[in-house]
Amino acid sequence: MSAAPAPRYLARPLAAIGRPVLAGLASVGRMAIFTLTVISHLIRPPFYPREFAHAIMTIGWYSLPVVGLTALFTGGALALQIYDGSSRFSAEAAVPSIVAIGMARELGPVLGGLMVAARVASSIAAEIGTMKVTEQIDALVTLSTNPIKYLAVPRVLAATLTVPVLVAVGDSIGIMGGWLVGVNRLDFNSAAYLKNTIDFLEAADVASGIAKGAVFGFIIAMMGCFYGMSSGRGAQGVGKATKLAVVASSVLILGSNYLLTEVFFSG
Amino acid sequence: MIELQDVHKAFGDKRVLCGVTLTVPKGESMVIIGGSGTGKSVTLKCILGLVTPDAGTITVGGQPVTKGDRDAFLARFGMLFQGAALFDSLTVWQNVAFRLLRGAQKRARAEAREIAIEKLRRVGLKAETADLYPAELSGGMQKRVGLARAIAADPEIIFFDEPTTGLDPIMAGVINDLIREIVVEMGATAITITHDMTSVRAIADDVAMLHDGVIQWTGTVAEMDGCGDPYVEQFINGRADGPIEAVR
Ligand SMILES: Nc1ncnc2c1ncn2[C@@H]1O[C@H](COP(=O)(O)OP(=O)(O)OP(=O)(O)O)[C@@H](O)[C@H]1O
Ligand SMILES: [Mg+2]
Repeated sequence: MSAAPAPRYLARPLAAIGRPVLAGLASVGRMAIFTLTVISHLIRPPFYPREFAHAIMTIGWYSLPVVGLTALFTGGALALQIYDGSSRFSAEAAVPSIVAIGMARELGPVLGGLMVAARVASSIAAEIGTMKVTEQIDALVTLSTNPIKYLAVPRVLAATLTVPVLVAVGDSIGIMGGWLVGVNRLDFNSAAYLKNTIDFLEAADVASGIAKGAVFGFIIAMMGCFYGMSSGRGAQGVGKATKLAVVASSVLILGSNYLLTEVFFSG
Repeated sequence: MIELQDVHKAFGDKRVLCGVTLTVPKGESMVIIGGSGTGKSVTLKCILGLVTPDAGTITVGGQPVTKGDRDAFLARFGMLFQGAALFDSLTVWQNVAFRLLRGAQKRARAEAREIAIEKLRRVGLKAETADLYPAELSGGMQKRVGLARAIAADPEIIFFDEPTTGLDPIMAGVINDLIREIVVEMGATAITITHDMTSVRAIADDVAMLHDGVIQWTGTVAEMDGCGDPYVEQFINGRADGPIEAVR
């Protein structure tokens, strides 16, 4: 005899859990297939240099102000906090180096990545989603152009290459923010502050942050393209795709940041 | 020659095509008529492979559309989408010349631009529109740019999804003549979807009537009047009573 079916009052809450779990797994699967497809197209012609140059401008160049401002204020706040904390055991001299290490390893890439995710993942998803909804993606196909090659590859490549640069710029501006606060509010000697920063900051600190930036850039563009291309119909579909792209890229950035930090700095 | 054999397509529970069988001979102009929402656009998308049918076979020149080199296959087609589907990040001429600026049919930018402006002129648009963006155009102008893009690379097979909807009667006449010209002079095979009976008579060699997911009637345009088919009669006379319900 086969097992009796579960009673209704048990089955309903289980179905309520099971359905979104299954849907979530299916979407992870589709995401993985999409990622592999994009990667496989990265190296195969045709290439679209115009679209790539355009993506470099919109993703990289126009993100500079928001990344710069984020880093500036974060560096300043970091200096204040570390001064306050370290003065409890008279270690104020550590402020410059800890600001620099904190910016380069963690806050530069993570906050910069999150800001770019908000700005770029959303705009990529909305743009590609609108193209899907207005049949522009279908039109691309009928014009013998692969939408993944034409739309996704240039954006993914541009984000993977420019976000590390944005992180490097953000690091420097963040350290400068700390220095401004240190010199003007905390009475550090300007030359001593800079010397301390340079003496204690190691190349590995900066390199790890930049490597994180490349991973985050890849995640951001990938999520924007994936959710844009799987957008539902109508304005509502595009709105949902945009939201999901920002949420997914932010969570993946924070998750992968933890993993990368484990890889780079533990053991 | 385009052949559809027993093509089925459903979206979820909604059955749209339930066994469409249709033959379009090479060099002929076929017009598909039928009520709104009966699956005319879906039929064209099935032929192009943009929508995968649930069952049935579609062949073009004897070749199944799903097999072989997709790029080469699609290079033979031009398609005007119902909503024009212009790329809004590109200017009008870059839209029209899209195929001529990249891929197998790539040519010099200046030459591509010249061809684009010539095609725009054929759909009744001045050269000044070439450098505008699609968002700066009216709906009817966008439709005509879409038409210019569909014919830009002189395809062998052209699909027009409601080419004259949203156009004034004069412009509609110009477009009807253009479609006829493309079929007669260039020997292209055309499938046009339209609700406009004037267009049907101007464009069609053959007419097919799609209703309830199947082709209810097909024949030449001369046979259409007085064919005795209740669906066709109701449709061309625009009557509310008949086998086609007014609420769908
Ligand atoms: N991608 C899709 N997902 C779900 N349903 C769809 C999709 N595309 C079309 N449909 C449905 O299929 C049916 C037929 O659509 P289609 O666009 O082919 O109609 P049509 O005959 O071209 O009508 P019209 O003359 O108004 O353009 C509609 O009911 C539509 O809701
Ligand atoms: Mg339609």
